[in-house]
Amino acid sequence: MLALVLLLAAAPAFAQEGSGFAGLGTEVEGFALPDPAATLEFPRDHGAHPSFRIEWWYLTANLTGADGQDYGVQWTLFRSALAPEGPGKGWATPQVWMAHAAVTTAGSQHVAERFARGGVGQAGVEAAPFAAWIDEWRMAAAEGGTGIDRLEVSARGEGFAYRLEAEAQGPLVLHGAGGYSVKGQGGQASHYYSQPFYTVTGTLSLPAGEVAVTGTAWLDREWSSQPLDRSQTGWDWLALSFDDGRRLMAAEVRGLRPFVFGSLIGADGSVASLDGSDLGIEAGPGRVPARFRVTVPGAGIDVTAEAVNPEAWMTTSVPYWEGPLRVRGSATGRGYLEMTGRPRPGG
Amino acid sequence: MRTPLGPVLGALMSHWRRRPLQLVLLLTGLTLATALWSGVQAINAEARASYAQAADTLGRGRLERLEPPPGAALTDADWAAARRAGWDVSPLVEGRLRLGEVRVSVLGVEPVTRDGGPGDTGEDLGDLAGPGALRAFITPPGRGWATPETIAGLGPDAPLDLVADPDAPRNTLVVDVGIAQALLGMEGRLTAMTLAPDSMPGLVPLTDLIPGLLRHPPGGGDADPAALTASFHLNLTAFALLSFIVGLFITQSAVGLAFEQRRGLVRTLRGIGVGLGTVLGVMAAELALMALVAGALGVLLGWAMAAALMPGVAATLSGLYGAEVGAGLALRPGWIASGLGMALLGTGIAGARGLVGTARLPLLAGGQAAAWAVAAAQALRWQGIAALALLAAMPLALAWGGLVAGFAAMACALLAAALMLPVVLDAALRLAGRRVRGVLGEWFVADTRQQLSGLTLALMALMLALAANIGVGTMVGSFRATFTGWLDQRLAAELYVTARTEDEAAAVRAFLAEEADAVLPIWSVDAPLGGVPGRVYGIVDHATYRDNWPLLDAVPGVWDRLAAGQGVLVNEQMARRQGLALGDPVDLPGGAQPILGVYSDYGNPRPQAMLGMEDFLARFPAAPRLYQAVRIAPARAPALTDALIERFDLPPGAIVDQARAKSVSLQIFERTFAVTGALNLLTLGVAGIALWAGLTTLAAMRLGQLAPVWASGLPRARLARMELGRTLLLAAGTAVYAVPVGLGLAWMLLSVINVAAFGWRLPMQLQPGLILQLGLAALLTALLAGAWPAFQLARLTPARLLRVFADER
Repeated sequence: MLALVLLLAAAPAFAQEGSGFAGLGTEVEGFALPDPAATLEFPRDHGAHPSFRIEWWYLTANLTGADGQDYGVQWTLFRSALAPEGPGKGWATPQVWMAHAAVTTAGSQHVAERFARGGVGQAGVEAAPFAAWIDEWRMAAAEGGTGIDRLEVSARGEGFAYRLEAEAQGPLVLHGAGGYSVKGQGGQASHYYSQPFYTVTGTLSLPAGEVAVTGTAWLDREWSSQPLDRSQTGWDWLALSFDDGRRLMAAEVRGLRPFVFGSLIGADGSVASLDGSDLGIEAGPGRVPARFRVTVPGAGIDVTAEAVNPEAWMTTSVPYWEGPLRVRGSATGRGYLEMTGRPRPGG
Repeated sequence: MRTPLGPVLGALMSHWRRRPLQLVLLLTGLTLATALWSGVQAINAEARASYAQAADTLGRGRLERLEPPPGAALTDADWAAARRAGWDVSPLVEGRLRLGEVRVSVLGVEPVTRDGGPGDTGEDLGDLAGPGALRAFITPPGRGWATPETIAGLGPDAPLDLVADPDAPRNTLVVDVGIAQALLGMEGRLTAMTLAPDSMPGLVPLTDLIPGLLRHPPGGGDADPAALTASFHLNLTAFALLSFIVGLFITQSAVGLAFEQRRGLVRTLRGIGVGLGTVLGVMAAELALMALVAGALGVLLGWAMAAALMPGVAATLSGLYGAEVGAGLALRPGWIASGLGMALLGTGIAGARGLVGTARLPLLAGGQAAAWAVAAAQALRWQGIAALALLAAMPLALAWGGLVAGFAAMACALLAAALMLPVVLDAALRLAGRRVRGVLGEWFVADTRQQLSGLTLALMALMLALAANIGVGTMVGSFRATFTGWLDQRLAAELYVTARTEDEAAAVRAFLAEEADAVLPIWSVDAPLGGVPGRVYGIVDHATYRDNWPLLDAVPGVWDRLAAGQGVLVNEQMARRQGLALGDPVDLPGGAQPILGVYSDYGNPRPQAMLGMEDFLARFPAAPRLYQAVRIAPARAPALTDALIERFDLPPGAIVDQARAKSVSLQIFERTFAVTGALNLLTLGVAGIALWAGLTTLAAMRLGQLAPVWASGLPRARLARMELGRTLLLAAGTAVYAVPVGLGLAWMLLSVINVAAFGWRLPMQLQPGLILQLGLAALLTALLAGAWPAFQLARLTPARLLRVFADER
């Protein structure tokens, strides 16, 4: 999965010429670079990799309420190094953290954003027992557990809160070549793995009251130092969970030279990497499409994914679109869509 | 009948054309009065604006402030725990930093969690947009925001990157919280936290997370410089009002004279049918116009004066109260309006008597100028009665108590003294008249008595100026003498050493134990004393205190009992403000203790208490242990200083020797009174001009009295000398009269105003040199003021004197 970048303060304009989306294409001197020969190890790699410039822990959940309504939930923690790690400790650590939380309903989008400095305990990630937190928001191993198989997730903001328990029903999935995922013709890459097999129970607190929910969730873990080409201006990313147990990650990095990649995940956790030759992503009409057609002809997949709430904008310091999908066609199911670098109407 | 305004206006205005000097005097008096008043108002307005800006920038204005309990430390971990419990708190680190010769306030903020989050930093912290700027701000060596003046003062050796921001608080370095900890040697420790409004419901209470945490509501708290400096500004305002009144005397005499001299003209105008309303209207309009012109000039002059005095005021406020005020001055509508308003009000007061007199002028009564003098003589009795009434009101004001009542009592006393001046001088002259032999002598005394009424106002002004100078001079002198003696007692140790960390402090003490005669740790914590923010000190039992500490009052065996933890010492201001006496219990964290002694503590606006070290550490185990006094033979002090710096690589300013501490304290002291000194001098100058104005305007009217004396054979030169002698005699009489008034004023300043404003009472010490100096200044003023009219009299042509008889005056 691709994600957003951590940016503090006033965000640069989207698609700034020469620096990619939100500065993601900037120089990386002094930072560690993804290594195709590296082998991911757990629980070590659940933790932070401060020598890399950016990193995220990204959970999205498709939920159904006791009221029968569709809900989407997002819990994301971003780490960004302002400079390569030096001798500085405590406040002098050049790490900053940003977090986004959201609840999406068919007619509303509740968003909250948090910021923190590294080195002083306000935010951080520990590998084992797994815990990721910023302020009182938390995604951590459930009591008695250590890894990420069973998670407790909570966050809150103006007018909303949620508390979820997630339990993995399948193995971790490594994207690309053993978790080394290429993001452009220029060889930009990241380390990237997912846990797409969570089942979820929990409670949402919304202005209208509390709603008990159940559903599925998908956790993405990714770290890199320069995931974008300078000419790449944004991306569309879809994570689809089919009712037959299969999962599909499909993404297109937009720009002068669009780049398509993805992973088709079997119900048993087996992974097939996809590229532009065997994966099709076709945006619906409009500058901010509410519908995508996704095809994997080799696997007989031809589906239409449609936003539950076409207005699911994340009104954060760097705005983007993120919300739940309903999937119809050759297979049915649900999913999540993220669109960055697209103009927000009136925003 | 309606009359055209033009001719009436022309006729009344012609007076000024014929007497331009009178016009100049009137405008000068009013301008000076307005200038002194608006200058001080400008200074006050600037200072208040600085306080408000500081409060806003420091987040004290808008946000609730959370501080650790007295003696406990607030740590980074405490703050992180509060954040992780869901509280929207942002850390603050505050302190003072000495960089070479310069001292600046350091304010450490955390840009990411500050009120409104990182998107809101632009307003106070300049531009932190972009990862580069944020990185430079938060990672060593850090980046500091400060005003261009502050940056210029710091010079090129500042240990961090500096960025100019005109909106930064005065003399303050705004840096990241981590950078501030490093600069101030406060690693891991915070001064306070701010709490954003509208925290979410259902959180674990902050006081459960950080036991004893103190919450201060927005817009106040102990650090509010406006509250601390209120008495200083009230003092300035009182001086400005005094100056204004003195300036008003000039205006009063010039306006009174102008009305008096135009009685004939008014009678003529009325006689030819001009309505009373028209005459009064034109005269009132004339006054209003003059008030506006002089007011505008006065505001400009006041601005210039304030700009010249501002650096001194800023230094005073910084030294005495730690309040940072810029040395610059902005034009603010508030004090401009106040200046013009006071000019109009003053002219109104000065002109009211003239307007009423004109309105009551019987149409057919003679327009004699002498009517003024006759009326004034009758007024003497009334003045005496009014003075007695004012004196009676004084004890009432004193009994009321407080600073404003103190000033009111002082105003009553000064006004009474001013009103009594002509009564006393007249009585003295009458006595002298009985003893004088010879026609010339009798004429001289009688003529002086007659002139007295015309000079009353000018002499009152001179008397007030002299009394104010004597009073303030005596107070400053007494204060200086007491303060110097007190410094000798208080700063008995040879060196004072501040370490950056507790480990370093322990190492320094271990080193000093070998090298010095004695090491006296002095540790302290901020703590509320009687509900007011104050400071509690822990001291060890040592002869340094037993021999030197400036106790005003103490129980027997005070030092033994303090060391045994049986009580507490408090400073004078705390004892006075809270009405405490020996033996009274003082509420302290960890239980009350009885007062064993009261010590003087000049220059400190806050309450203070001292405990024996054991007792102190039992109550405040987490108090920072950084500061110590060192006893050593004075000759060995410099070598020990060098050894300390070399061994511990201490920053400049970590070691203060006794001489330096004293000179800094005395410097602060001198600066504090520099402003009052300047205002005093100006007041005396204004009084001189008032005297000159009175004499000059009288000179023309006195020809009628002088011509017969000249005709009887007295040469003009001798006459002129006698005139000058008379002026000097009156000035001398006024000066003698001013001495007891000034001493009374000094007593009130020392025993009433200082106690109310600062909380300390000082013994009065007479300043004979000062009084002699001021007496001479009064005579010099009179000489300068009287020289010109006397010179003119000497040069008067006989023809002019003869014309007096031809005019039948």
